Amino acid sequence: MDYDNKWERVAVLGAAGKMGSGILLLTSVEMADLSLKPENRGRTFAIQAIDVSVEGLSGLMKYLRAQVLRIAEKKMVWLRLMYADRADLVDNGQIIQQYVFDVLNIVRPTIRIEAAYDCHLIFEAIKEDPDLKKMIFRKIDGANPHKPWYLTNTSSIPISELDRDAGLDGRIIGFHFYNPPAVQKLVELIRAESTVPSLEAFALEYAERLGKLVVRSNDKAGFIGNGHFMRDALHGISEAERLAAEVPLYEAIWMINKVSQDYLVRPMGIFQLIDYVGLDIMTYIMDVMNPHFRGEEIHSPMLMGYLELGIRGGQHSDGSQKDGILRYDKGRPVGVFDLASEQYIAVEHFRESCEARLGPLPQSFQPWKQVVGSKMKEKFFTSLFQELKTMDTAGARLALNYACRSKEIGQQLVANGIARSDEDVNTVLLTGFFHTLGPINNYV
Amino acid sequence: MEKKIYMTAGYNTISLGTGRKEFIPGKPRPGIEHYIKEAGSQVLSKIGGPDAVDETVIGNFMACRFNSQAHLGAFAPYIDEGLSGKPSTRVEGACASGGLALLTGIKAVLSGSAEVVLALGVEVQNSVKAIYGADILAAAGWAADRKAGHAFFFPGQFSDRAGVYFERFGRERTRKSFARWYRNAIENAKLCETAQEFHNTLADLENLAMTEPNGKTFVDHLNIFDCSKVSDGASAIAIVSREGLHRIGIPVEEAVEITGFGHAVNNITLKPADPTELSTARLAAEKALKMAGISIGQVGTVEMHDCFTIAGILGVEALGLAKKGEGPDYVLAGETSRTGEVPFNTTGGLIGWGHPTGATGVHMAVTIWEQLTGKAGDAQINIRPARPFGLSLNMGGDDKTLVSLVYKHEE
Repeated sequence: MDYDNKWERVAVLGAAGKMGSGILLLTSVEMADLSLKPENRGRTFAIQAIDVSVEGLSGLMKYLRAQVLRIAEKKMVWLRLMYADRADLVDNGQIIQQYVFDVLNIVRPTIRIEAAYDCHLIFEAIKEDPDLKKMIFRKIDGANPHKPWYLTNTSSIPISELDRDAGLDGRIIGFHFYNPPAVQKLVELIRAESTVPSLEAFALEYAERLGKLVVRSNDKAGFIGNGHFMRDALHGISEAERLAAEVPLYEAIWMINKVSQDYLVRPMGIFQLIDYVGLDIMTYIMDVMNPHFRGEEIHSPMLMGYLELGIRGGQHSDGSQKDGILRYDKGRPVGVFDLASEQYIAVEHFRESCEARLGPLPQSFQPWKQVVGSKMKEKFFTSLFQELKTMDTAGARLALNYACRSKEIGQQLVANGIARSDEDVNTVLLTGFFHTLGPINNYV
Repeated sequence: MEKKIYMTAGYNTISLGTGRKEFIPGKPRPGIEHYIKEAGSQVLSKIGGPDAVDETVIGNFMACRFNSQAHLGAFAPYIDEGLSGKPSTRVEGACASGGLALLTGIKAVLSGSAEVVLALGVEVQNSVKAIYGADILAAAGWAADRKAGHAFFFPGQFSDRAGVYFERFGRERTRKSFARWYRNAIENAKLCETAQEFHNTLADLENLAMTEPNGKTFVDHLNIFDCSKVSDGASAIAIVSREGLHRIGIPVEEAVEITGFGHAVNNITLKPADPTELSTARLAAEKALKMAGISIGQVGTVEMHDCFTIAGILGVEALGLAKKGEGPDYVLAGETSRTGEVPFNTTGGLIGWGHPTGATGVHMAVTIWEQLTGKAGDAQINIRPARPFGLSLNMGGDDKTLVSLVYKHEE
């Protein structure tokens, strides 16, 4: 079966979710574009948008309409060619509206899993829960006569484990988009040893058509992205706990968040990133990874403590952050949750004393926004790290420790055969996490 | 001309759009009535108020689609209640609408029905994204050609002209002249506070403008630096007789005399016979020069309708400043720059100052009035005695409606 044929019947599981909706968008646009090719006229392409939430599916359709409109406006030159034979469509505006309809007309929103039973391709983006994923795969595969291919968006569960436990005979591959899928360039591609080669070739072609940057990860729990992120987060947590011997934990959390953002020039601090991903999802991922790494403790009692108090983080449907360990105003942390008093303490109450404790920022400091697109990064980091190494401040020491640990984690991923090279680790952190500096570098 | 015609008291609003610091997409912006009122009332304040005005003419191309607003003539009393009850007309000829507003005012004064005309041009185009604006602007061509036309219709038309020009006269040298044209435009715009590119801080403009065109996302032979701006703006000027000058109390030294005009159209349903030539533009300019009784050698500054760089180059050739195929050399030799033989578009033209379509023809007149009367501020050029005249060439559609005027400062 060639590339185009596979696309006639497709399902996205968890289509109304953050990742699922992005995957659905990219995939339905790809299918609509295929349907516009002269050789595919007369074929009906359909994508089942499956989700448990009726409300979510309603929101999904609004999201799709708005996003497809934007996509259409950007490829007008091509669209005019594709609709050249439609005499009734003259203006760009008319053609764009037709294209939006043609994409939405491919999408079949449904809450019924049965809709996946006659599909050839199944994208999975449900909760990061191994048992749930396996159960769903088994259910579909048992009822679907077409021996479908599965592309799972898992960010942590070994593909070989999903394959084995769901009995998929190698018809599964890890195709891990980064959030949000429509914007993020990076895809982590994970094949199990059992993955059928034709599925891998298909996935690569799909990634190429989407213009994605593919980094291959070996099939070990957490892969490259979470392999680094979870350990990096645990380092931040343990540093905060260590600092909490001297100051209240909420102050320590704020300081580590600041060091990991400002001193390491990342788009957000580590606790903000934990909140952004969601504490529940963090713990799911850690639970998946932990049994696979003997001698390592990938687990955080602190996060469990927050969760027990209902502190979860995550994002609103517009992508803005919900309050978590930190409280946010217009995307900036303005408070920290205090486990003792069970309330948020405003940053303004302790900012000054914490900043005094950390010491001044390096003189060569520049905010992430300025550095991320800069062509002078090498010069910038050279002087930044030179300064950090000579500064005798708590902030500089914490930052160097942090950068060392981050490098160590990266090197470990290569040593354990999870990443193929230092460069792959750096690519994932630079593109998937928008870091300005790959963890494996010579500055540290 | 039997009667002397003057222009004075000109005013330009800013040209708002990408490039201006005030332009923030998604934030509410002034409507078309704001621009009409600003430009109109500024002119009125210099000529003694609405009582001096006999008639108003408003040039506008497509407010009916950009702003769902037709019937602009009736906005005259919105400028000032004192214009209520007086004649006011909206005129349209695509991007030459402003030029037509000037001509209509000139003819009213020539006919004796008015001694003072308030001529205004306006367009507010940022009401829609460029991709939809392209549909609206495409109406300056023949609607029957739209379906087969490019997504960006007019860039497509002029890209086709550029393509033929490249083939016939060489691509590299011509593209270099486009880049020089762009650089001149931006450098001049940076001297004029109302220009859309006034805030431009880009370095190495000529190199930037050599960016290879990409037909997959735009058109085959032009890049975005070759294009005029999408703009919101208005320009206005008073058109008066000698008696009118007296009435408004402005000395003749503060006015320019219109010594010639040329107006020509060409069949909108036809494709250009020779894509490397702007034949209607040439005809209109020849008429204006002939009426003024001068040669192009006496013209010291030109406002040229450079909706695209290729139009600028072809315009140089249409005026006879360079032979066919040699426009690029003339531009590359620096002759159109502000210190060259004939400074073109001294406040940036359509590429640098901006192109609020219906206002552009009036903006040209205001700019030449400023230059010839020494009111151009930082953008002031030196007008040499041997070349005391100014010339404007305002184009509607793809060389379809042309208005050319010749201006002279009476010493």
